[in-house]
Amino acid sequence: MSEKTEIDINYVAELARIELSETDKEKLSGQLKDILVYFEKLNQVDVTGIEPMAHAHKVQNIWREGDQAGPVFSQSVLNKMAPESRDNQVVVPKVVE
Amino acid sequence: MKYEVVIGLEIHVQLKTKTKMFSAAPYNYGAEPNTLTDPVVLGLPGTLPVLNYTAIEKCAELGLMLGCKIADVCKWDRKNYFYPDSPKNYQLTQNEQPLCVGGSIEIEMPGASRNIEGAHRWVELNRIHLEEDPGKLTHTAFDSLIDFNRAGVPLAEIVTEPNLYSSSEAVAFLNALRNLIIFSGISDCDMEKGQMRCDANVSLRPKGLETLGTRTEMKNLNSISNVKSAIEYEMKRQAEILDSGDKVIQETRRWDAAKNISLSLRSKEEAHDYRYFPDPDLMPVVMDKARIEVLNQMLPERPFDRQRRYQKDYDLPYTITSVLCANHQLSDFFEETLGLYNAPKAIANYLVNDLLRELASNSEQGASALSLSETKLKPQSIAELVEVVESGLISKQIAKEVFVEMFASGALPKSIIESKGLSQSNDSSEIEALCLEAIANNPKAVGQFKDGNIKAINALKGPVMKATQGKANPAILDELLQKLIESGE
Amino acid sequence: MSDLFYSNISELQAGLNNKTFTAVDLMQSVIERTEAVESEVNAFISRDIEDALKQAEASDKRRLAGASLGALDGIPVGIKDIMAVKGQPLRCASKMLESFVAPYDATCIEHLKASGAVIWGRLNMDEFAMGSSTENSAFSQTANPWNLDCIPGGSSGGSAASVAAGQTIVSIGTDTGGSIRQPAALCGVVGMKPTYGLASRYGLVAFASSLDQVGPFARTVKDAAILLESLVGYDPKDSTSLNRPKENYSKALEQPLRKLKLGVPSEFFGDGVDPEVKAAVEKAIDWYRSEGHTIVEISLPHSELCVPVYYIIATAEASSNLARFDGVRYSHRSSDAGNINELFNKSRGEGFGEEVKRRIILGTYVLSSGYYDAYYLRAQKVRSLIRNDFDQAFEQVDAILTPTTPTPAFKKGEKSDDPLSMYLSDIYTISVNLAGLPALSLPVGMTQEQLPIGMQIIGKAFGEADILSVAHAFESNHEFKDLRPNLDNSKQ
Ligand SMILES: [Mg+2]
Ligand SMILES: [Zn+2]
Repeated sequence: MSEKTEIDINYVAELARIELSETDKEKLSGQLKDILVYFEKLNQVDVTGIEPMAHAHKVQNIWREGDQAGPVFSQSVLNKMAPESRDNQVVVPKVVE
Repeated sequence: MKYEVVIGLEIHVQLKTKTKMFSAAPYNYGAEPNTLTDPVVLGLPGTLPVLNYTAIEKCAELGLMLGCKIADVCKWDRKNYFYPDSPKNYQLTQNEQPLCVGGSIEIEMPGASRNIEGAHRWVELNRIHLEEDPGKLTHTAFDSLIDFNRAGVPLAEIVTEPNLYSSSEAVAFLNALRNLIIFSGISDCDMEKGQMRCDANVSLRPKGLETLGTRTEMKNLNSISNVKSAIEYEMKRQAEILDSGDKVIQETRRWDAAKNISLSLRSKEEAHDYRYFPDPDLMPVVMDKARIEVLNQMLPERPFDRQRRYQKDYDLPYTITSVLCANHQLSDFFEETLGLYNAPKAIANYLVNDLLRELASNSEQGASALSLSETKLKPQSIAELVEVVESGLISKQIAKEVFVEMFASGALPKSIIESKGLSQSNDSSEIEALCLEAIANNPKAVGQFKDGNIKAINALKGPVMKATQGKANPAILDELLQKLIESGE
Repeated sequence: MSDLFYSNISELQAGLNNKTFTAVDLMQSVIERTEAVESEVNAFISRDIEDALKQAEASDKRRLAGASLGALDGIPVGIKDIMAVKGQPLRCASKMLESFVAPYDATCIEHLKASGAVIWGRLNMDEFAMGSSTENSAFSQTANPWNLDCIPGGSSGGSAASVAAGQTIVSIGTDTGGSIRQPAALCGVVGMKPTYGLASRYGLVAFASSLDQVGPFARTVKDAAILLESLVGYDPKDSTSLNRPKENYSKALEQPLRKLKLGVPSEFFGDGVDPEVKAAVEKAIDWYRSEGHTIVEISLPHSELCVPVYYIIATAEASSNLARFDGVRYSHRSSDAGNINELFNKSRGEGFGEEVKRRIILGTYVLSSGYYDAYYLRAQKVRSLIRNDFDQAFEQVDAILTPTTPTPAFKKGEKSDDPLSMYLSDIYTISVNLAGLPALSLPVGMTQEQLPIGMQIIGKAFGEADILSVAHAFESNHEFKDLRPNLDNSKQ
């Protein structure tokens, strides 16, 4: 993993949609590098044939049967919480694809 | 053209469930904006998804209709990307373990003319997986508005192998798929309502070459004719690039239906890094073999199977069956009517000719034809109509009039005939007098008939029909006229 | 009536039933205490006094009508600012949610309301539960009531400090890598993380979904047991919630403790442990031995890998869980965004604090194209190994005893600029979350500087009753539950 411990901070910040100042970027890069070096401990163990553990318990088949409708919010709930709304819809700067 | 086009399609279909995929909020098209939301739909902090099993069942049913292998286990992944219509900024989808794998669908290429059956072939599918729909953006001149009603509606994404080789094959595929899904009742596939949406991957390669060329992905193809135009536009664009010696760039392009052109959205270098990982909030679904088998036993008939059955069992011509089986409501109506009165040809004729004509002419100016469910007509109406014609109560001519009336009012044929006095006149003395009059007025026709021209009798029938307002039974009339001419000798 | 705020639930229920005082009196006492010490402790982000008194009044009416809802009826329960309470702010100590008011109740809150508890205040925490010191709050810095210059631990620092300082009777917090047990240990109170899936996560703002659990803080083991009973239970709104019969934990404490095998993992007593912490925990272990329990030395060989596994899994899940805070529907929106991407980038850049950004960036990186297998998938596999270690240990023992933290509370600011050393302060608690097990932190000593020391008792999955009983036995024979911090105002 050593060659990967350098993070392309601009690329990752763009993926995460977080604006960072240049000083933040520099500081973060250094700290993350230390952390990634520490993560290399994981290479000490052989994980061949080991099942990845995605959940604490092996529970399956949890679902809702019957397709019965539950309660809905009134439009005012979203209108009240949204930073900007008009005609009962949330307003954002024009999205150009 | 010296190139061969290779097309793969990805089709998103909204499943017709009452509630959303991961919450119990209801969904119906056309509701007031943001009236179908709850904490889960809006992605509020602290909310968690719970799977709607009906979505699994409907998708599995679709998979069975298409001959897919239904997975033993399916799981949920997060596809991470930021977009304002996506409440969590990740989409719950099935990346690693989709519900349905493989499969294929029968398609029919256009025949030499509308009345001639085209060639059939099977198109291979890669997979069908389940995922959630985002909300809907509406763009104004200066900003965009978001309605989250649609957010969380279950979508089945059907992915084909790249094995369509012309724009018309793509169209044939979409028509076949759409019809099959409508037959199964899993979705209404109304493209105008966004219930079915299509992306197309298009690439060219020199004819005869096996390897695939660089593909572009066309987004936002919201009608079947758009798919055709976009593929053709892209074929032309790519051919020009290749002809000039340049390379096609792998990119996503957006179809602009108004301008009839496609525009680059983003190239592969800027393509999204979706950071898929297993969703920790949802548990795997182990498919219950017994429940799948029950679904399998109850699968509806596929449209082309139905068409073949109509041709074989009822001896109906291609022209009729292709119309009947392209319309799920119409063909179900046909079956129901047939169950009431066994006269397949006569029933089919009324449906394909009279009914479709009335549906088209009764719709609002410019609107698409009325659908069957919008009419007052019932299978019983058609069954009774065929019965009264066959029994000789009314003529086929009068039946046309009865049809129009029962389409308009919903009344049954017998009551229309009675209230309007339309039953065939069998009062032979009155008809005999009219026949004698016709014979006396038309010696020329009588002479021709006597000389062996059987058709000349029609000239005698006309005035009688006119005088009885068409109520004279044509068969009886024929017999009577012949008898009178012969006895007059 | 002045010390009602430091009473335990059983005493309070007796007083309420005997009409010695009312729930409103109790609430008044807690409010007065809170106002008296809050300027020093800073345990709360917000508190709705009027609403709390109204709930207490309703409780009194029920009791008068003979319709009391049980042990928690009328008892103030402080809530970490990460659980949704309908109509109350839900800020997660973040500028991102500064003006957000929850329009629904978390399932645990529904349970508490159904048992008559008085939902009291919004307790401080590390922003989005990311931290071990409560220094990462956008609103205030909570102090350790035992030494105001020290941190209370985190991320549920406000929950721990408020219980220690008598600003509530009990409280709830959340624990992703130790966020209940670590602050409980540092503030000298009981804190417990139940088995993953026992308490609903619906309405708990997710940090790391596969690790997060809600749990109680209390000054006594029995109070923790009573609160836990109310919190847990199957929830169809949480697909990871487990459908199990309810247990009566507080009743289980009345049984004499059977002789147990208690495991002591050598890996938790190595060089990194502060000598005073080590000595206090070893003394507690000796006490169990002297009571006739068998102490078994065990090994959890993959313990050292817990921190990297945890920080990969937790940050990866967090990077995705926190994507919903985007400035569109309800969170902070930057006022100078010209287009949608600027709206995302600037709102998130302004709304999130430093530690949250650091973890989102780290989590985004480990999931990004090309790195998934090396980090996330590998971490999930090592997580299996860590779970196996526990499975094997529990074939030999009934519970495991370890220090809760390597050191007592440290000074504010001491580790702020060294995230890695801050991450290592959770080294003893993290493995429990990775394995999904229940664990409790119990006060077992004080340092010479009068800072509390906690011992962690780890149980088998669903072994809540056992670990509560183990803790209760020690507590009943020691004075630590009666020690109170010496807050300036309380001396006056
Ligand atoms: Mg796709
Ligand atoms: Zn899709």
